[in-house]
Amino acid sequence: MRVGPGPYLLVAAILFTVGATGVMLRRNALVMFMCVELMLNAVNLTFVTFSRQLDDIGGQVYVFFVLVVAAAEVAVGLAIIVAIFRRRQGATADDLNLLKG
Amino acid sequence: MSAHDVLDLAWIIPALPLAGAVLLLLFGSRMREPGPGMLATLMMGGSFAWSLVTLATLWSLDSEERLHVVKLFDWIPAGSLEVSASLLIDPLSVTMILFVTGVGALIHLYAVGYMHGDPRFSRFFLYLNLFAASMLILVLGGSFPLIFLGWEGVGLCSYLLISFWFERDSAAVAGKKAFVTNRVGDFGFLLAMFLIFAHLGTLEVVPALEGASHLAEGTATAIALLFFLGAMGKSAQLPLHVWLPDAMEGPTPVSALIHAATMVTAGVYLVVRTHPFFEMSAVAGDVVAWVGVLTAFVAASIALVHNDIKRVLAYSTISQLGYMFMAAGVGAYTAAMFHMVTHAFFKALLFLGAGSVIHGLHGEQDMRRMGGLRKYMPWTARTFIVAWLAIAGMVPLAGFWSKDEILAAVWVRDDYALWLVGAATALMTAFYMTRQVRMVFDGERRPADGEAPATPHESPPTMVFPLVALAGLTVVGGLLNLPFTSLAFLGKWLEPVLEGVHEVHVDSFGLGFALSTVAVIVGVVGIGLAYRMYATVTDTDPVRARLGSAATFLERGWRFDWVYETLIVAPGRRFLEWASKHFDLGIVDGAVNGIARALQLGGEETRKLQTGHVRRYAFAVFAGTTLLLAFVLIRARVVI
Repeated sequence: MRVGPGPYLLVAAILFTVGATGVMLRRNALVMFMCVELMLNAVNLTFVTFSRQLDDIGGQVYVFFVLVVAAAEVAVGLAIIVAIFRRRQGATADDLNLLKG
Repeated sequence: MSAHDVLDLAWIIPALPLAGAVLLLLFGSRMREPGPGMLATLMMGGSFAWSLVTLATLWSLDSEERLHVVKLFDWIPAGSLEVSASLLIDPLSVTMILFVTGVGALIHLYAVGYMHGDPRFSRFFLYLNLFAASMLILVLGGSFPLIFLGWEGVGLCSYLLISFWFERDSAAVAGKKAFVTNRVGDFGFLLAMFLIFAHLGTLEVVPALEGASHLAEGTATAIALLFFLGAMGKSAQLPLHVWLPDAMEGPTPVSALIHAATMVTAGVYLVVRTHPFFEMSAVAGDVVAWVGVLTAFVAASIALVHNDIKRVLAYSTISQLGYMFMAAGVGAYTAAMFHMVTHAFFKALLFLGAGSVIHGLHGEQDMRRMGGLRKYMPWTARTFIVAWLAIAGMVPLAGFWSKDEILAAVWVRDDYALWLVGAATALMTAFYMTRQVRMVFDGERRPADGEAPATPHESPPTMVFPLVALAGLTVVGGLLNLPFTSLAFLGKWLEPVLEGVHEVHVDSFGLGFALSTVAVIVGVVGIGLAYRMYATVTDTDPVRARLGSAATFLERGWRFDWVYETLIVAPGRRFLEWASKHFDLGIVDGAVNGIARALQLGGEETRKLQTGHVRRYAFAVFAGTTLLLAFVLIRARVVI
């Protein structure tokens, strides 16, 4: 049985929405970070779906780029979060307003 | 070497003092005291020597060939405007360079003694050499822009030298006044150049002068009068004369070199050089003559009442320059040049003598505090007396011949009104010079009250030698142009330059003799009057006593300064104060500050957007993305 792109895209949309809502609503920096990953992977899923649908390998190539960038981002982001944990109790995003203008 | 090869080397003449100035600029501060002065004097001496060579070479040519243009390089090639840096060697310019370098060298030598111990000794000689170079460029320039370069150069050096002792407020102000007043004249010179280029298409002197005869009379008059405006500024003619008396704030050698012998004659030179324009015009000559004679009269009357030894000489200079313009105005160019040369001798001598007196009295300039100096300063006194008799027009000194020639030329032209004013001026000249000599050298010493009478001393040899040399020149200077046709060297010499000018001469010996006798009698009367009135000098000045309130009017220089102050300076100051308050503070500063204020306010408001809350940023990003997406989709008519 051949499944069309619809369900895949629906799952991707749900994942993206969950991620986006998480970034906006959660206060814990670590959780926000995970939500960002969720959004990235939702996008990856759409890339792959359309790659299959349009028979174009370019989409899958892009997924690799996104994965690499996400890995790098994780490395930097986690380092920052660890640094924050070391300096203060907890990592609540709302308390981190040193850059207030 | 052929004669022309020698003339081609004339660039040496301005180059030597210029090199001196450059050397002093680079190494002057490292030299010990007489060094810079000697270097500068040597450069002027070399320049004078080469001027003599140039003179001899030019002399050896036939009189028709005595015009040589040395083209050094193309200076400003721009389309149809081609200006060359060229030197014009002809009898007129050679006459000028001879006395500029000759008198200049003597004054340089004198200044070595006079400026002894001055903390800016080497800078003084740097300026003097730069001045001499500029003056020589002015005189030798073969294109009007080059003449203008020299013209501005002497103006600049004059400014620098007048305000040489700039710690004194009055000196700084005097320098500024001289510079600003001269700018008015420079403006005339510039406009004259523009007109020449517009109508003749060239700025080279020789073709421009040849083209003058093709001009319409109105154009020629405009050019002539504009050149004369320039000359009025530089040569201190009414009403632009006000800077010269104040210029006496400079060191005395400067007064002698710049404000008596050389720079102020630049205006006369310019008029004589551009005489074809004046010849083409019916009125220009009369304007020049009348401005000249009125200047002569006014300045001489002011000199009657002043007590500052240098100011009297300053007004005397203005007055004598007026004579020169009177001569140039009536077309007696030879007489103007002749008087210029003799005046350079005796006026430089008078100034240097005055400088020697000031030097001997440790800075005293008030003639009421002098007296009896004949005993203490014999050489200064002797040479000063020679100059006094010369300027008073006594036979057979230089001043007699030249002044007589001017008055005779005016008489022969039937301008009796001019002659009368000129003769009255001669009377006053004899009077005020006698007054000066009586007050300075005769009688008893009159030191200021309560002051121990410091013994005056004769000046050092470097100062006395130039005095004696100039006195010698003053005695024999008249030989240059004796009023008998076969002996009129200067007239013959200048003939090729003044081609086409119908110069008037006294043709009957009787008339000439009568005029000379009258001139001498006028001089003797002036001398005699002053000699009697100043037999003893008391605190009440006899001239002032007789003139009453008019004396104050004269002392204030016919209130020219007051007129300028009320008509130009005060309204100008009020306008500028208004402008600085309203325009500068209101509009200019307002615009600048307004922009800054707007940015600051904008920043204050927009900084509130920067909350530091990551989640709000995230929300903003999402909201923005959503909006953009909606916009794109609606544009693409995917939805709705």
